Amino acid sequence: MTTVERPEYKVIGTRPVRPDGAEKVTGKALYGADIHLPGLIHGRVLRSPHAHARILSIDTSEAEKHPGVFAVVTARDFPAAADKVEDLGESAVNLKDALDNILASDKALYRGHAIAAVAAVNPHVAEEALAKIRVQYEVLPPVLNVRDAMREDAPLLNEKRFTKTLMTGATSEKPSNIATYNRFQGGDLAAAFAEADAVVEREFTTQMVHQGYIEPHNSTANWNADGTITIWTSTQGAFAVRNLTADVLKHPIASIKVVPMEIGGGFGGKLPIYLDPVAALLSKKSGRPVKVLMSRTEVFEGSGPTSGTWIKVKAGMKGNRLTAVEATLAYEAGAFPGSPVGAGSMTMLSPYNVENFEIHAYDVCVNKPKVAAYRAPGAPAAAFAIESVIDELCKKQGLDPLQFRLENSSREGTRMVTGVPFPRIGAEETVRAAIESPHWKSPIEGPNRGRGVASGYWFNGGMQSSVVANVNTDGTVNLVEGSTDIGGTRASLAMQLAETLGIPYEEIKPTVVDTDSIGHNDVTGGSRTTFASGLAVFEAGMDIRRQMIARAAKLWGMPEDEVVYEHGKLHSLKDSTKELTFKELAAQSARTGGPIAGKASLLARGAGGAFATHIVDVEVDPDTGKVTILRYTATQDVGTAIHPSYVEGQIQGGVVQGIGWALNEEYYYDEEGRMVNSSFLDYRMPTALDVPMIDTILVEVPNPGHPYGVRGVGEVPIVPPLAAIANAIADATGHRFTDLPMSPRRVVEALNGLE
Amino acid sequence: MPRVHVTTRLNGEETDFLCEPRQSLLEVLRDEIGLTGAKEGCNNGNCGACAVHLDGRVVNSCCVLAVETAGREVRTIEGLANGDHLHPLQDAFLQEAALQCGICTPGFIMSAASLLENEPNPDEHRIRFWLSGNLCRCTGYDKIVRAVQRAATQLQEAQS
Repeated sequence: MTTVERPEYKVIGTRPVRPDGAEKVTGKALYGADIHLPGLIHGRVLRSPHAHARILSIDTSEAEKHPGVFAVVTARDFPAAADKVEDLGESAVNLKDALDNILASDKALYRGHAIAAVAAVNPHVAEEALAKIRVQYEVLPPVLNVRDAMREDAPLLNEKRFTKTLMTGATSEKPSNIATYNRFQGGDLAAAFAEADAVVEREFTTQMVHQGYIEPHNSTANWNADGTITIWTSTQGAFAVRNLTADVLKHPIASIKVVPMEIGGGFGGKLPIYLDPVAALLSKKSGRPVKVLMSRTEVFEGSGPTSGTWIKVKAGMKGNRLTAVEATLAYEAGAFPGSPVGAGSMTMLSPYNVENFEIHAYDVCVNKPKVAAYRAPGAPAAAFAIESVIDELCKKQGLDPLQFRLENSSREGTRMVTGVPFPRIGAEETVRAAIESPHWKSPIEGPNRGRGVASGYWFNGGMQSSVVANVNTDGTVNLVEGSTDIGGTRASLAMQLAETLGIPYEEIKPTVVDTDSIGHNDVTGGSRTTFASGLAVFEAGMDIRRQMIARAAKLWGMPEDEVVYEHGKLHSLKDSTKELTFKELAAQSARTGGPIAGKASLLARGAGGAFATHIVDVEVDPDTGKVTILRYTATQDVGTAIHPSYVEGQIQGGVVQGIGWALNEEYYYDEEGRMVNSSFLDYRMPTALDVPMIDTILVEVPNPGHPYGVRGVGEVPIVPPLAAIANAIADATGHRFTDLPMSPRRVVEALNGLE
Repeated sequence: MPRVHVTTRLNGEETDFLCEPRQSLLEVLRDEIGLTGAKEGCNNGNCGACAVHLDGRVVNSCCVLAVETAGREVRTIEGLANGDHLHPLQDAFLQEAALQCGICTPGFIMSAASLLENEPNPDEHRIRFWLSGNLCRCTGYDKIVRAVQRAATQLQEAQS
């Protein structure tokens, strides 16, 4: 790979104002729900009141007659209705699941499962019409947690689902709610446990939690008379929306244009499609553009949170070494297979060099919403379990928990549980940064106070990106990209282009365009955009440099290898009178061969994994059970911080989501499978008053797989907080909490022996 | 449903609109008037993304009926900047990188503007208390609090 010859950056590492900033602080930026079109009508979705029910009939006739209603759709309106898809292997099964989650066909599998949709003159009329749709249900007993769902006699969500063992490809004889089983193993576990000085075994549970993005899902669609479709939506991946919608509507991909609106948060939750095909079908039937919005309750009940989990961990230590770990992880997939248990099982041991291990992973269907990705999906719950057990082992053996982490740390060459060795990573460096931090060096004093630490890992992604950079005649550059900007990537990409071209950041204007206007870009997810689209931006910049060198060589009548591009200038190696700035050559583009455009479409390999180590101080109120976060420090290997403020922001945001997960957030269900806290009042996310300033320590171990050393930074900060806080509470109270959330009720009950 | 004629002052200008009595101020601002800076995050007063000023007080516009604004003074995020001159809070949010996705930002700025109009020199706890009706899921609030502190300093320096 090409690398930049000078590591003394001019733009990278500075903190300029983001290009989309002014329109976002003035209220002018247009998010998905802000779109208005001539003739626009409004769609709403009818959802199942039952967690598990067979749908016997759906009668929409009264709703269709309701004044102001333009169209009503159900699963029968899909060109390939879910109940008509034959079982023709995995892709057909996946398509049936995808269709069934968008609009249920034969069964409602969770409360909030979409059943039908109405488009009407305004949202109120659409809601009135929803009340006139008559659905006959045969209510079935729900299965609401993994352990119940795994029982032999559990009610089945899908009588045709069998357990697939991923290592062998074998399929179970009897149907089951367990969709997959997988195992990772290494070394000699029995011998390692036999020789261990200390062993701790614990069971942990976590509840389903939501990403909690402030903007509800939305989609606006216009189905033209010629069959072309335009969709305006808030999504982490416009191309994914286009391709999935084409798949479920049996439409050619090129006939669908997706316009990515500004997105109000996602954290993985805006990767799936829910409303887009529904809005398209309503538009087809009504002949009008249709905007469909979810309410907050629908977001909780009908989108994709992350799994509740049950995890058992047994770990053994010999001397100061972690020598043996056995773990079983069972994750709720929700109504259809696909929990992040794989990622949980593959990340949990990554901070450690441990030779003997066995990990069992179960993906389990339950009558809850189909889970979606949530920031380092699968890793936080797994880290909660292993990092709690390690803390307990350290306490038992009188070891300093950070020194222990340093002595057992993974480094370049350490094998992951998959057997793949790590490239250059910054695991040790984050632990060392924590040890040297002012926080760790300060005392923790006072009654009911404690300190905890925990580490975490996330892979980070690469995948596909396309960009085009057009050089204008005044030397400014339009950077055309297709990656959703969910938190500052216009800035981080423009900065990388400015660095590559040696021109000021302010002279680059980045724009995120629709799917007709740029090559394929995979989703903004997996912490990949600044890394992978950054790689594309770098290559496009190098493309421009090569073209400019060729033109300067031609102008000066010399071979190309005598011309050098440096700091935004071209000069001759042999003739010191020959020099052109980027601006001067850009002005001559028409005379030197036409417009200058740099392009890159690539599959980015070499994503660098990210490690984090966190320290937290808490105070526990023994009377109310309230846990106060007194101080928090997060260290993280960020590769190279392109825009340090937005890197810090990612870490601070991830930590606070982790604090919410640890202390308050949970999907609270009644026995019939109804979520009883589906509002922001009752699903209690942290407010500004609940958290202190979050101190960050950016450790920069450049990723060898990127010319500027970029690593994804967005996900790993949510991995350590759950365990770090549990460890701090254990330090403060002597009580080891193994069930999340550690809410005031649970804490006060535990401290008073009332569990 | 019959529509009602309402006259109000919106961002300093006499404005009139027609609305159904059941429509919230948020719905009318967004769908009838076309000012989409106030956002709908929950539509029941829990997230603050729709915060606007009504007669100088910060309110969640999803919890105010549009007909209630008759004869009153409404200020939205669109009325905060002076032409292309940003309000110190808007500028501070940019300088401090106090937004990521930005959907909560208009609500935070309107709440913070109300705070600084009432209390020009709030301490960190006071800022956190005042902003606790606004939810942000991206930033962890750290940089938002710093932005409000920065704007407070700037506003005070401008006055002295």
